[in-house]
Amino acid sequence: MQTETHAGADLNLDTLLSLYRGMLSIRKIEEALVRLYQLGHIPGACHTYIGQEAIATGVCAHLRQDDVVFSTHRGHGHAVAKGVPPEEVIGELLGRMTGCSRGRGGSMHLFSPEVGLMGTTGIVGPNLLQSTGAALSFQLLRLDRVSVCFFGDGAVNNGAFHEAINMAAIWDLPVLFVCENNMYATEVPFAYATRNTDVVARAASYGVASQDVDGNDVVAVFNASAQAVDHVRGGRGPYLVECRTYRTRPHAEGMRDVGYRTQDEVSQWKQRDPIAALRTALYNDAMATEEQLSAIEERVTATVDAARETAESSPFPDPSTATSHIFSE
Amino acid sequence: MATKLLIEAIRDGLAEAMDQDERVMIIGEDVGRRGGVFRVTEGLMDTYGEMRVVDSPLAESLIVGVAIGAAANGMLPVAEIQFLDFIPPAMDQLMSEAAKLRYRSNGDWDCPIVIRTPYGGGIHGALYHSQSIEAVFTHIPGLKVVAPIDPADAKGLLTSAIYDPDPVIFLEHKKGYRSIRGEVPDNGHTVPIGKARIAREGSDLTIISYGMYLQESLAAADAYVEEHGGSIEVIDLRSLKPLDSDAILESVMKTGKALIVHEANMFGGIGGEIAAIIAEHAFAYLDGPVTRLASPDVPAMPFSPPLEQAFVRDKNDIRAAIEKLAAF
Repeated sequence: MQTETHAGADLNLDTLLSLYRGMLSIRKIEEALVRLYQLGHIPGACHTYIGQEAIATGVCAHLRQDDVVFSTHRGHGHAVAKGVPPEEVIGELLGRMTGCSRGRGGSMHLFSPEVGLMGTTGIVGPNLLQSTGAALSFQLLRLDRVSVCFFGDGAVNNGAFHEAINMAAIWDLPVLFVCENNMYATEVPFAYATRNTDVVARAASYGVASQDVDGNDVVAVFNASAQAVDHVRGGRGPYLVECRTYRTRPHAEGMRDVGYRTQDEVSQWKQRDPIAALRTALYNDAMATEEQLSAIEERVTATVDAARETAESSPFPDPSTATSHIFSE
Repeated sequence: MATKLLIEAIRDGLAEAMDQDERVMIIGEDVGRRGGVFRVTEGLMDTYGEMRVVDSPLAESLIVGVAIGAAANGMLPVAEIQFLDFIPPAMDQLMSEAAKLRYRSNGDWDCPIVIRTPYGGGIHGALYHSQSIEAVFTHIPGLKVVAPIDPADAKGLLTSAIYDPDPVIFLEHKKGYRSIRGEVPDNGHTVPIGKARIAREGSDLTIISYGMYLQESLAAADAYVEEHGGSIEVIDLRSLKPLDSDAILESVMKTGKALIVHEANMFGGIGGEIAAIIAEHAFAYLDGPVTRLASPDVPAMPFSPPLEQAFVRDKNDIRAAIEKLAAF
């Protein structure tokens, strides 16, 4: 089990540094959220994306702003990668007015249609069906936009996965299914919940093109997604990418992370950290210097710090607005 | 203006919207080639193509989920659930997604979908083809629910529902499809969602109803007045959510007596909500107890004809309720 990122294979330095910056932004935001949670400043749930950053970053690098992303309960990374500003993500988790939904939704209800983030969701499954619907509208309106659905291994055992992929297949819909297989649905192992843990095989059984990649190798995800997005945007029907990955934090902040996986397993996956892997590859291939990468890290840290301060100083919503936006006004 | 069956008025409404606006599409089981099990969408696939009249796989949550996703990206989908009884697999999409999208996105998202679905008894459909579970939906903030029975109302409300930026459950009484006839305007006819209609004017007692039981209520009012004289007002709610409280209160303040009649079972039904509104806002005007007549609280309409008859409330039952309330 080794993640080895081959930086110089076929990507130029600008692209690699952009991927590095993208993953690091997500990581720094998540680390800030963990601290805010521990200080008791996040009044609800917080599922972090730490360890899985390569996937959102590698996939969204190929998307235009008018492409749409349907996300999950572990969706902060997708929001950031699709272009939601950090202060809007942090602000939403703090329940503040600067949040992208003005504090109304929290961690699992990040919405920002203006950048194509069609929502993170607290219920597993529905996003698969909605992403298929978005793809249907693009086909009907003859738009070359792509609909992307992120989901975990847990969703693969939900009826919505089967309904969506079947529909997408029969209509050749422009939807990219990205399975982030992090091996656990909350704490139930995927291998315990299904006889066949090969998600790519399920795609094949519906006649859908697919491939699996090391989800901790951002270059591998980037290359697979390039092919997948090209396939989907080119009108050749849906595509599924299975990214094998791991969350190194508990399912949700505040949950005890024991009893279902070993510390040894967690440690092994931490060795495969996607950000460290790219950093190492950039050194090894002599493409970037320590100074360059540290300078990027400093800039990202400063941006996230400023975003956190903006979010923390933002007001809470007016209680009288609790009854607004039920119907159109 | 032409005389049309309820089913023709609904089909006209769909065709007119599809003619006028490319964003309008239909998705559901058997809605395309077959034209729907009741043939509401007959001929539409021939005219508008299989891209806009989509024969979906047999999966209700898919139908509603795809409609939500398409609506969020520029379309005005009209989804058909073949029978209201089949809607439970789509409840997650309706209750957790469609009803809450606007609210949880702080107004960023519209959800302009219509869910058309036949409901109610009267065709011996028994347990899974006869239910009236509309109160399940009226309880959920964020959903609108309409149940027109007059053909012109059906066409006008359908047009309003298609262009409404919020999700609308559009209930079509399956017994009414080919038994209710009426004058239907040709083009551009709309009926506002949330407005009741006075189906019969009167001054001594108010009946509040909708759907096929509205027809029974009108027949019962006729029979009662013919025998006893007096004057009975009948309100057709048409919209169940939002509910036209003003129309209900205005009528009850005039007559002093309210009889609520619906096909759905009694407990937790629309009737309870209406009774509460009257009690809260028109208590001083009442000359008798607010009365409900509704289906019994059994799981669903049974099959065998005598059992089915025991479930159904017809014009004789309604007339008996009128007599009792009028004499109070």
